Amino acid sequence: MIVKLLSGDLPRSTVLAVILGLVFIALAFAPFLFPGVRSVDTAARICVFIVLVASYDLMLGYGGIVSFAHTMFFGMGAYGVALSSTNMGRGWDAMLTGSLTGALAAAALAFLIGLFSLRVRAIFFAMITLAVASAVAVLVSQLSSITGGEDGLTYLIPRELTPAFRFGDSFLGANLNGRLLAYYLVFSGALLLFLILLRVVNSPFGRVLQAIRENDFRAEAVGFRVVAYRTGATCISAAVAALAGSLYAIWLRYVGPDTVLSFDIMIDILLMVVIGGMGTMYGAVIGATLLVLAQNYLQGIMGTASRAVEGLPILPDLLDPDRWLLWLGVLFVLSIYFFPTGVVGRLRMQR
Amino acid sequence: MSRVLLETRDLTVRFGGHVAVDSVSCAFRSGELTAIVGPNGAGKTTYFNLISGQIPAASGRVALDGRDITRASVSQRTALGIGRAFQLTNLFPNLSVLENVRLVMQARSKTGFRLLTMAASLHDLTEQAEAVLARVRLLDRAGQTVSALSHGDQRKLEVALLIALDPLVYMFDEPTAGMSVDEAPVVLDLIADLKAQTDRTILLVEHKMDVIRSLADRIIVLHNGALAADGPPAEVMASAVVQEAYMGKDLADV
Repeated sequence: MIVKLLSGDLPRSTVLAVILGLVFIALAFAPFLFPGVRSVDTAARICVFIVLVASYDLMLGYGGIVSFAHTMFFGMGAYGVALSSTNMGRGWDAMLTGSLTGALAAAALAFLIGLFSLRVRAIFFAMITLAVASAVAVLVSQLSSITGGEDGLTYLIPRELTPAFRFGDSFLGANLNGRLLAYYLVFSGALLLFLILLRVVNSPFGRVLQAIRENDFRAEAVGFRVVAYRTGATCISAAVAALAGSLYAIWLRYVGPDTVLSFDIMIDILLMVVIGGMGTMYGAVIGATLLVLAQNYLQGIMGTASRAVEGLPILPDLLDPDRWLLWLGVLFVLSIYFFPTGVVGRLRMQR
Repeated sequence: MSRVLLETRDLTVRFGGHVAVDSVSCAFRSGELTAIVGPNGAGKTTYFNLISGQIPAASGRVALDGRDITRASVSQRTALGIGRAFQLTNLFPNLSVLENVRLVMQARSKTGFRLLTMAASLHDLTEQAEAVLARVRLLDRAGQTVSALSHGDQRKLEVALLIALDPLVYMFDEPTAGMSVDEAPVVLDLIADLKAQTDRTILLVEHKMDVIRSLADRIIVLHNGALAADGPPAEVMASAVVQEAYMGKDLADV
């Protein structure tokens, strides 16, 4: 059963299996294990980013395609939900329409970009995606009558997903309200999308992508239309990224250029994929969990550490919470140095 | 009755001012193994590239089984029946030996765009791939990563990918290049087996004259991109043209 759900692609490392199991349990029971607005919010972000990073891994790790437009696809899904909820009014139908429209639009745009630029060299495709992504980001912030511009959009989602909807007092420390339901919508959506991606990379299609990544010249010579497969991978990846964006928009009830379109998110995705391990899918889980946790809690931990060493020379300054980005950078450099194939690659090697 | 499977007519390509392949017209018939010889730089590999589509022809035509494929892409030509093995080993290095062959089976069965089936569940493809590996005596290496194979085994796998394609035209570009004297016969035996078992046409670029003598039904000689000789091995090898070409003298003096 589990083997089937994971498409026969098992972690292939005991340590990795244990870590993945822990992450799964932590996310599945997050509202009960870690009650509190901030921790549940972190858990939801982890879910969304796992899907986002996994969809990027389909392109980069399996297809060998470098794209800088992944945030744009993510944003298209998020704005899809935001715009439909604003224009169609609050409701499940608006949410669903927005998600599907966003995903379709993302896939269509990916198809266009792919058709025009995947024929030529990889670097050209990367540049095109960068240009298109920048153009879209500018467009979104300029068309303020539609998109709310820099301020973004705030909208209503179905009442059943908001804190105002209560269906019990509390259970194991969690408030039984719509927010809990919203979390489980995000969690189950993310889980489903991740399992689908895992299936795709283990399908005949996924094998062809790996062959193309390994040797596109020979893949063409054994009869695969390389451009078609690359374009297909880009479209699937874009659609899933958009759906991740929709989940994020449902969770946040707000979208803006900074939260769903900024280039910082693109860099985060790249870091997560590389830290976790490219071409493994499970790397997305590890990378997203590690980085989101670090972004949310490193400052706090450093604050505590800084106070603990108060009075000692230099150390308190080094551990000052304001220096958290420095330490994140150090952690990144170290992880690349020690795990060039990512955490997952490293763990699988140790068998 | 043998029929023409592959034909090139006035096939020409230039690189800058240099004519790499100079209006070569030649027909290759079923059940025939043709060796293509000529000194380095004679245009043998370029001629191959024009046939399999890696390089577009400047002028002239390529026809496969009566069908014009001059404008077809590499993958289209492969689908129609051109099978090409490469001079430098050209495989999927980080995939397993079995997966390399399975991919070819998959390309032929057109299952590549199935997104939600598990690749491992296509048992018939796996079985076909294993049968091919058994034929080239690589079955015991099936689970190994290609990059971990010896050079000789990699060359065998090149042959296996071609057998898996089951093309109308088999094209081998120096299949024994870089192999030791002990290893080379294994690959040549595979090609001899193939020749015995197929009514397709086989094209073989090779330098080793003893290999050619034992395998080829026919030899064509390329010199400076042009067809210099064409005929049965004994005749061509005895001719002054081949002697001169391999001695490095200019044909114009002959």
